[in-house]
Amino acid sequence: MLFQKKTRAAALAALAVSVALVATGCAAGDSGSGGGEGDGGNLSITFLPKNLGNPYFDTSNAGGEEAIEEFDGTFAEVGPAEATPDGQVSYINTLTQQGVGAIAISANDPKAICDALNEARDAGVKVVTFDSDTNTDCRDVFVNQADAEGIAKVQVDLIAEQIGDAGEIAILSASANATNQNAWIELMKEQLAADHPGIELVEVVYGDDDDQTSFDKTAALLQTHPNLKGIVSPTTVGIAAAARYLQTSEYQGKVALTGLGTPNQMREYVEDGTVTAFALWNPADLGYLAAYASKALIEGDITGAEGDTFDAGKLGEYTVGADGVVLLGDPFVFDAENIGEFDF
Amino acid sequence: MSSITQTTPAPASVRQYRDYDQPLWKRLLLTREMAIIALLIVVVIIASMTIRGFGQPITLTYLILDVTPILLIALPMTLIMITGEIDLSVASVVGLSSVVTGVLTHGGMPFEIAALIALLVGGIGGAINGFLVTVVGLPSLAVTIGTLALFRGLAVGLLGTTAVTDFPEFWTDLAKAKLGTTGVPLVIIPFLVLLVIFAVLLHFTPFGRGIYAIGLSKETAAFSGVDVGRTKFILFVLAGLVSALAGIYYTLRFGSARGDNATGMELQVIAAVVLGGVSVFGGRGALHGVIAGVLLIGVLASALRLANVTSDVINIITGVLLVISVVSSSFLAWLRTRRRAPGGKPRVEVSTAG
Repeated sequence: MLFQKKTRAAALAALAVSVALVATGCAAGDSGSGGGEGDGGNLSITFLPKNLGNPYFDTSNAGGEEAIEEFDGTFAEVGPAEATPDGQVSYINTLTQQGVGAIAISANDPKAICDALNEARDAGVKVVTFDSDTNTDCRDVFVNQADAEGIAKVQVDLIAEQIGDAGEIAILSASANATNQNAWIELMKEQLAADHPGIELVEVVYGDDDDQTSFDKTAALLQTHPNLKGIVSPTTVGIAAAARYLQTSEYQGKVALTGLGTPNQMREYVEDGTVTAFALWNPADLGYLAAYASKALIEGDITGAEGDTFDAGKLGEYTVGADGVVLLGDPFVFDAENIGEFDF
Repeated sequence: MSSITQTTPAPASVRQYRDYDQPLWKRLLLTREMAIIALLIVVVIIASMTIRGFGQPITLTYLILDVTPILLIALPMTLIMITGEIDLSVASVVGLSSVVTGVLTHGGMPFEIAALIALLVGGIGGAINGFLVTVVGLPSLAVTIGTLALFRGLAVGLLGTTAVTDFPEFWTDLAKAKLGTTGVPLVIIPFLVLLVIFAVLLHFTPFGRGIYAIGLSKETAAFSGVDVGRTKFILFVLAGLVSALAGIYYTLRFGSARGDNATGMELQVIAAVVLGGVSVFGGRGALHGVIAGVLLIGVLASALRLANVTSDVINIITGVLLVISVVSSSFLAWLRTRRRAPGGKPRVEVSTAG
């Protein structure tokens, strides 16, 4: 209805935006995002996690930053607020425009970001995926946090150690058709049969990665199997719910619990003795390795072909496996000794 | 109004229509829409000068590819919001149409037919909204919050957490193709066609006058012979159809049909429409302002990303801009009435939109 005199509003808004733009423009200048083609190539490496404000990726990116500082590259971290592939595409496009040396990305979708990544690669940007891979034809190297064998083995070893290598155990998994968990459970069964004849796996229950369901399934497990000595939960939701049940029940300290969990979820249960030790990979090492893999690609030490080797600072030397996969190593075991050092 | 270019300023004193208390050039240039267009130009100029990499043609390519779904959906959204209604379910329709296209293509149907069915699904979704709003008489805010959840639920339910990625290369390439060597994506053409259709519909037809009339006063419009229910129903169906089209484009551009495609896009669309000068209370707004609003948000995001600003800060800046634009129009309106109130002649209220 009232149209006129909007110039003042516009002027005000224009001023605000100009200030914002100029301010950010200056900031960008300082960080020297693009970086020049130096002696060893353009060592500006940008981390693009699934989303920002995620403690897991804060930890992995901190690892990447540590590595990049070691070899005097330029670290940057950008990403969408929501973990969506389209949000990542915008950032990949932007990084292509800026001409960074490498992108270290955790993919929100194996295919949706492919074209954008390939456009980046055509423009000379190296692409390293970590944590979550894309299709193999849209990245140079995938830094894999752990392979199924290793994940299964660490959990079997932990439970065997905690129950004295004999007795009944049960598995609290995610949903019945969860691909990862099912693969791990199969491998665990094989390893139990081969190396731990004293341990009997009495039941596998499914908590559907839902906190309450997992909690109830834990209660039911303990009632149906009075001789149960241990529970393995290869999912972060399950292990936290099971620990919460054990903590308030008579079984605390009597029934062992281990599996895959994150330090922040499990801290209180480790501190009060409900859980002795659990496993996961160390995201900081994952970011660190992704940064060194990026450096090796930029400097031409590796191309992503099978058998290429490169140096990864404190982690030692790594070899690129089939399909350009670099395996971080065995999962990391968290216990009362070291849990204080982690925040994710 | 969009078609009128700047004419020579009419000498205000010579010929003044009683209904207008401002000369023509003032009414044309000192509008909310022009303010946004001016702001857009200012931002583009500043960004080109201060942000390295912004001035290259590739920026325009990526910008248009990014904002096309928002531009598309903003067209029917503008019309709906001018009637005083709102459609929050558009992004869910995008997701649903993407999933329908994906599931059918995956099931062996030719892509073209799958896309047509997805359009149909979008139209039906819009018709459900329209039915509940016009026939049942429920407020569109409540209805479309419901269908937002419903359509998204269907989309995620149909495909689960998987994604369909096997689309014909011809179509996925077309979605990203550029016009010759200009760097302007081909998708600009369907958008321009729709823009012309919607601009004519809104600004140059009796149907469009009816849309403004409904927004200003539903009762007056009804008594003036505007079929309020039919108009709104048509608009909701159009919103469903165009959202489904955006969903197909979205699927092709990313080569991936997922249930969570375009989550939250309804807010980007509505933010751009409001920034473009459409009143949330209805009755006011124009398409050129909305286009400028969409582009302004897109350019800001693109420039700030290039300047390595994090997405949180980009959201904050966009949000502040939106709040300023809404507050300023209310504040200036209040200021005007304050200044005019004592002893001033009552001004004839006119609808200048359109």
